[in-house]
Amino acid sequence: MTTMKTMAEPILTSTPSGRARSRRALRIVRRIPVWIIVAVLLIVVLYPQFWMIMGSFKTQTEFLSNPTWSLPQHWDLSNYIDALTRGNVAVNYRNSILVTIPAVCLIVLFGVAAGYALEVMIWRGRNSVLLLILAGIMVPGQMILVPLFTFYFKIGITDSLWPMIITYTVDGLPLATFLMAAYFRSVPREVFEASTMDGAGALRSFFTIGLPLMRNAILTIALVEFFSVWNDLLVALTFTTDPSLATIQVGLLSLNDQYGSTQYGPLFAAVSINIVALLIVFVFLNKKIMSGLAAGSLKG
Amino acid sequence: MKRVFGDRKTILILLGPTLVIYVLLKIVPVMWSLGLSFFDGNSLSGFTFTGFANFGRFFTDPIAIQSLWVSIIFALLATGGQIILGYLLALLYVFVLRKGSAFIRTAVFFPMVLPTVAVALLFRNLVSVGQNQGPINDIINLFGGKSVEFLASSVGTMAVALVMTYWSSMGFYAVLLYTGLLDIPDEVIESARLDGANGLRLVRHIVVPLSMPILISSIIFSFNSTLKVFDSLLALNNGGPGTSTTPLTLYMFQTAFNYSDYGYASTIALMLTILCLLFTLAIFRSSSRKAEA
Repeated sequence: MTTMKTMAEPILTSTPSGRARSRRALRIVRRIPVWIIVAVLLIVVLYPQFWMIMGSFKTQTEFLSNPTWSLPQHWDLSNYIDALTRGNVAVNYRNSILVTIPAVCLIVLFGVAAGYALEVMIWRGRNSVLLLILAGIMVPGQMILVPLFTFYFKIGITDSLWPMIITYTVDGLPLATFLMAAYFRSVPREVFEASTMDGAGALRSFFTIGLPLMRNAILTIALVEFFSVWNDLLVALTFTTDPSLATIQVGLLSLNDQYGSTQYGPLFAAVSINIVALLIVFVFLNKKIMSGLAAGSLKG
Repeated sequence: MKRVFGDRKTILILLGPTLVIYVLLKIVPVMWSLGLSFFDGNSLSGFTFTGFANFGRFFTDPIAIQSLWVSIIFALLATGGQIILGYLLALLYVFVLRKGSAFIRTAVFFPMVLPTVAVALLFRNLVSVGQNQGPINDIINLFGGKSVEFLASSVGTMAVALVMTYWSSMGFYAVLLYTGLLDIPDEVIESARLDGANGLRLVRHIVVPLSMPILISSIIFSFNSTLKVFDSLLALNNGGPGTSTTPLTLYMFQTAFNYSDYGYASTIALMLTILCLLFTLAIFRSSSRKAEA
């Protein structure tokens, strides 16, 4: 708060003109608390991640005998190989990809279509349907787990990845539909009406005008849903009836039970893969991700 | 024109899949779950109707009450901290760093996209003791303190879970509130400054009231997500030591899938839903009353 005060104070206007240099020096001195705050902030945020990634290269002896601050002695990849092969992490990643991609595609596809039907199309009752879908966002996922589990068991798909794909689609669809409806609302109606002038139907106008227009919105929603599906533990834990179906989050948890307090390297490596992979995605798409997650929460 | 956009076939094709999925796999299960909360048993042993017995059991079950408190306390402290830290960061971005805040904004936001499980395992190791002592205890040692085994006590576990939640989500709330602060017109701030409002007073009397709507939505969103806390307390210490940091969500999960008590689990899920609704309503009411005053 002290910095807030210093910054908000009006700059001294009565300084004689010949003392520009001392004025600059004063400004730098005033900036020092800001720099300290920013430095502390960055260390708090970045150091734990850096520490974890450095740890992933350390050998077991380094973990036990060297101070925790020390850097690894060699850039040794054996922890990664260990985690990927013995710890099943490779299978976990495959499962996560096989679940996340279909689920996100289904959510986006159905969500865009429903958003168009609810916002651009004109029919009685569309507002009540939108409200009904909105209510679904409020209901916690826990409410539907037991019935869905019974249902999947009855139709005999519990030993596949389908229960997860279907459940994620159900969980993500209300928000996607709601956001898409909001995006379509922000487009002037004339755009769609003009497209039907030459006799094209509403369905055609959805494909030729609606979809291309929503390219940005689709990417934003896809990113939001990607992170919520990829990072989920609850649904994955519920429908992992067999270790071979475990996604990466479930895999990390069992890796911790397996190695947690005895062998640190493989666990650090498995967590680091997660950090680095998401960092790469984040570096390229951070603006989209940040605005998308913000929009998703405020409207939701 | 109306006829083109009123075409029933098109509406059916576009809305059909979503509506079918939503009704069959969301609304029906919610109703099903509501019904189950009046039964005892599971799908293998069969169900027996027990009326309100599950609800009576919930309020006399010490673990249920404990987990209810864990969820509420976690939600209150997590929301308070997230919003305060996020708001301070947002003020820092808007009024101190100004144009130069883009990199810091992005860097502080990043932990938000990391899986909670990964973050929990990271923090488990940061606070670890023993042979492979983590940096937190090294810092404590450096200042002459004795190593603390955080995860051996429920207070310690809660504290680590909260710090970890702040660490991963403060950047997110900062960006959320930052966009709200940017909407405040510069002229308003300038004229308040000319009137002699500075620093804390400027923030308290001008900035906070003007960013109230976004603050309220952030608080509601934060409550709704932290009341459902699951991954962090599970991955950090498995709801322990014992069951002392088991939130409602984890207790529901264990009841359903470890003890196959579907009826009672549905009751717990229903209590969680009611809790979320109550908190949302309470915040709405208190904020609208404030707006009237």
